[in-house]
Amino acid sequence: MLNPLPSHPLTYEQPLSNALQITPLHTRLLNDFQRDFPLSPRPYLEIAEHLGVSEEAVLSALSDLSEHDYISRVGPIIPPNQLGVSTLVAMAIPPEQLQRVADQISARPEVNHNYEREHRFNLWFVLIASDAVHLQQVLDSIDEETGYQTLSLPLVDEFFIDLGFNLDLPHV
Amino acid sequence: MFSLDETDLAIMRATQSGLPLTPRPYQTIAEQLGLSAEDVMSRMINMQEQGVIRRIGVVPNHYKLGYRFNGMTVWNIPDEVIDELGEKVGQLDFVSHCYHRPRHLPEWPYNLFAMVHGKSQAAVDQQIKVMSELLGAYNQGHEVLYSTEILKKTGFRSGG
Repeated sequence: MLNPLPSHPLTYEQPLSNALQITPLHTRLLNDFQRDFPLSPRPYLEIAEHLGVSEEAVLSALSDLSEHDYISRVGPIIPPNQLGVSTLVAMAIPPEQLQRVADQISARPEVNHNYEREHRFNLWFVLIASDAVHLQQVLDSIDEETGYQTLSLPLVDEFFIDLGFNLDLPHV
Repeated sequence: MFSLDETDLAIMRATQSGLPLTPRPYQTIAEQLGLSAEDVMSRMINMQEQGVIRRIGVVPNHYKLGYRFNGMTVWNIPDEVIDELGEKVGQLDFVSHCYHRPRHLPEWPYNLFAMVHGKSQAAVDQQIKVMSELLGAYNQGHEVLYSTEILKKTGFRSGG
């Protein structure tokens, strides 16, 4: 999925004044380090040595990516249901009520990944709770607070171990 | 089954929003928790071996990187073939997550969920075409739900 490096520096979305110019180092970090981050005392140094740059350059490039929101973080990914129990919840909310209900739901600490989607079921979010009893309590409490019914679609099976996503970015 | 102790949980909480961008990130976490860096690393290695941590790495923001078209594709697949077909769908390189979830009849007939990401509507349409062809006659109906607004995105990256 990799395209050849374009002749002009790539910028995304932001106006010129504060746009981040994506360098080959940014691209390598985005594409090649979505897993196997070293569990060693100087992980960024290890990455730097692998890429033939300085540790400072790696840290500074990751800070750039983080500040401009091109990465959400560098850290562990936890599979579903490893820490507590979770479910995907769908709700069908009349458009004029959507913002109110979405705000009520997002305010809850158990709620993660709350999305508006184009469908009769227009509100989708993940609930994570300490155990099944707590999860059901939160579902009941949302039904009661919002006045709309939750549709709970808990995971039955996950089909593919998510090892990162191959980004279509310019390569070195 | 592997069970986490309080120290493991403290490490997970301390790292869920990311490792510090400092030369010795595990040392930084260790100091916050009153542990040694070696202890933090060995516990994280153990949690990774046990599958509590799936991977550790850079977490790209797909939307910001140009993947504006994020579709949740949902399919109605006969139960007797969902495992076999789910594996195939999950292995497509444009599918980031692929799950079997329960139907909720009559209002929700779909039992296979696959998240797809593209830089254009045409790219996602093409992905859906590939999936339709793969599923063939086993596809008893599908829909694509695009996200129009991200209302909250925090905490652990769990798929739910």
